[in-house]
Amino acid sequence: MSTLKSIGKRILGSLPVLVGVILVIFLMLRILPGNAIVTMMGEHVNEANIARMTAELGLDQPWYVQFWVYLKGLFTGDMGTSLKYHKPVSDLIATYFPTTVRLAAYAAVVAWVVGIFCGVISAVRKDKLVDRLFMGFSLLGVSVPVFMTAMVLQYFFAYQLKWFPLQGTTQGFLSYVLPAIALGWNSAGSVARLTRSTLLEVMQSDYIDTARAKGRGVAGSVLFHALRNAMIPVITVMAMQISSLLSGAVITETIFSLPGIGRLCIDAISGRDVPLLQGSVIFTTLLVIGGNLVADCLYAALDPRIRKEA
Amino acid sequence: MKKEAQILSEALASQLGESETLWAQLRRMAKQNKLAVASAVLLILLLLAAVFAPVLTPYDAVTGDTANRLQSPSAAHWLGTDEMGRDVLTRLLYGARISLAVGVIPTLVSLALGVALGMTAGFLGGKIDYIIMRFADVMLAFPSLLLAMVIMYTLGGGVVNIFLALALVGWASVARVVRSETISLKESEYVEAARSMGVSSWNIMLRHILPNCLPSLIVLFTLNIPSAILSESSLSFLGIGVQLPNSSWGLMVNMGRQFLYDAPWISLAPSVAIMLVVLSCNFLGDGLRDVLDPHLKRG
Repeated sequence: MSTLKSIGKRILGSLPVLVGVILVIFLMLRILPGNAIVTMMGEHVNEANIARMTAELGLDQPWYVQFWVYLKGLFTGDMGTSLKYHKPVSDLIATYFPTTVRLAAYAAVVAWVVGIFCGVISAVRKDKLVDRLFMGFSLLGVSVPVFMTAMVLQYFFAYQLKWFPLQGTTQGFLSYVLPAIALGWNSAGSVARLTRSTLLEVMQSDYIDTARAKGRGVAGSVLFHALRNAMIPVITVMAMQISSLLSGAVITETIFSLPGIGRLCIDAISGRDVPLLQGSVIFTTLLVIGGNLVADCLYAALDPRIRKEA
Repeated sequence: MKKEAQILSEALASQLGESETLWAQLRRMAKQNKLAVASAVLLILLLLAAVFAPVLTPYDAVTGDTANRLQSPSAAHWLGTDEMGRDVLTRLLYGARISLAVGVIPTLVSLALGVALGMTAGFLGGKIDYIIMRFADVMLAFPSLLLAMVIMYTLGGGVVNIFLALALVGWASVARVVRSETISLKESEYVEAARSMGVSSWNIMLRHILPNCLPSLIVLFTLNIPSAILSESSLSFLGIGVQLPNSSWGLMVNMGRQFLYDAPWISLAPSVAIMLVVLSCNFLGDGLRDVLDPHLKRG
């Protein structure tokens, strides 16, 4: 009961942020000088048509009325119509979204598996050569721009060695390998660094000494006792990585020509397609907020101290 | 007896974290952390190279020599030439001016904004605190690149707009740190003493709280520079950042992308430069954090 209650509290608590996010994007795209209608109608523009379309799209209403209409639409899944594609924004997002999900999911697997593995090994072999190597690899991951990794991988493994396709999604899983590594390395670095430092901290606690005294080996005490507690802060950071994975996806999708939400955003910007840009940015941000909420709840479920406080 | 008193006061001072001046702490870092020193030296050298670029290179960054298009690296052109026959190293040095400025200026602006808002929120509390911090929550909820993209869309490309966009994206995390420090400092005895002597809130914030936030701010400054540089290069790479005829490293990567298979050095050189600067800032930031602010942890 208390867990359910605290989860409910967290969901309610994130509602103002949710509305705030939508409001910020909505207003930011309306400060814009210049008229969306003119962009949309191109050459066939005249005063009467502009006035007619402005009224039809409700753009002559004050901003708060427009915002209310948009917010109501969002709840029914209506995000407006793309000016460039002449299709509902929600349909476009539904078409492009699966690619981004696959890319982000594969990248997350790279980030979390490689990150936790490197972090654990580094902590156990602290100050040894492996530790230095893995931590160097992690720091490099945090510092290398995503586009650099992506282009270097593309050049060697797709162009020179031809192991993977250069671009597009025609070859299924193979098409996602290089983009996922390029995108995941960065997050793997943060996860590895954090896993190492929290694990080292936990390893110094009394209950690990007890486990060791009772005859558990190093591996056993790490796997069965330390890791469980060390993972609690790591899970929060892993959820926060969803945000940076979705940011990085924009660049990875551009380089590897993957038809995902990131490409949709870039398309919307170059086509000056406000409803599409607004819809895809808001959609992505809501996903991030949802991800953080799930992490918050997981955190509460894993750490009894937090459950009680909430 | 005298010696005991001295030991006691030293112990007390070290417990309060006031045993060393800022300079002494920096000197300690220089002694302990060679990597941080090497990074600082590299950054300073790069800064000088960017400033003195016209003296250092015989080539022009804007006009090319079309007879020498897409030359691979050689003695004459250390990093090769690009699609218009311009020397890549020369363009790298000139591009450093914008890329480094983008690292420093928006980070300073976002620090100033974050300090002003975070300190106000923490010091005043109540409704003002609630409003400022919920706004910060909203800004932090966005994937940072997407928010920067929307701001750049609204403002249009260009260097000054990048400064604005990155400052608007960066202030919220600074405000969070400053707010929590302000709240804990607000309860301290010397602030209470100052208040009882009738010092105004404004003076307490400026004279007592701000100087105590300084170590965290220095660390945040060095650690936020790399993320600003990475954001700028991503925006310019996507074509919505720095616009021609200006040039930054990100834009160079973007321009070189079309020739990736024939002349990979055009894109690779600025990418490596970005990586080196970001790596150096991270080393320096980590080193500074270790001596200045052991409490500030990094994800």
